[in-house]
Amino acid sequence: MAKSQVPDSVLVQMYISGNEDALATLINRYQSRIFGFIYSKVNDRDIADDYFQETFIRVINTLKSKKYYDEKGKFLSWVLRIANNLIVDDFRKNKNIKMLRDTEEFSIFSIIKDATPSVESNLISNQIGFDLRKIIDELPLDQQEVLKMRFFQEMTFKEISEATNVSMNTSLGRMRYAINNMRKIIEKNQIYLTA
Amino acid sequence: MAKLYSKKKLAATKMLPKKETIQFILSYSKALRIVKIGNMNFETIAN
Repeated sequence: MAKSQVPDSVLVQMYISGNEDALATLINRYQSRIFGFIYSKVNDRDIADDYFQETFIRVINTLKSKKYYDEKGKFLSWVLRIANNLIVDDFRKNKNIKMLRDTEEFSIFSIIKDATPSVESNLISNQIGFDLRKIIDELPLDQQEVLKMRFFQEMTFKEISEATNVSMNTSLGRMRYAINNMRKIIEKNQIYLTA
Repeated sequence: MAKLYSKKKLAATKMLPKKETIQFILSYSKALRIVKIGNMNFETIAN
């Protein structure tokens, strides 16, 4: 059986039993999701790399200490929760929660891909992205978090609720509030998000 | 007002960690040994 078809829970057990390739398979399977999740919070590749490394050091230590209890294949959710807690703990320690303001180093341009070739279309798309980013920045942090995980990380609400340690209803509620608040901001500032 | 939901993927590029980071993680895993004595776990890194 190809390793990519092996369930996460089986790979975890194989790794705990001493199969190092199983860990490599798990990392290969989820590295994009996990790294993207971290990057969406820290907006810096090098810092995201550091958190990614620290996350997996925690994962390895827990698995090798045999302290991990796999519950129906929730490996990814567990890893995302570790990453989330690491970032939140550091932010609390430094009291320097970074707001996702549009800067020269990072902007929505690095995420939104404009498929149309014309310069005008590119300019319009860029302006929409810029406005959208500013609108998102106005939201409360918990609503920003859910919205980014849903749209930028394409996570399910189940995964979001597990990663943020809240119920699914809370995640759904935050998303609803995020959308409604964005509409209010758009109406209040008379922003036009159309091409 | 434009719809906020789009069929287009907003995250168009796949973000990946550096290869060196992955290599470090895998090497760390191979080198790490945890020895349980009583209720305590001792971590050792084999060079």
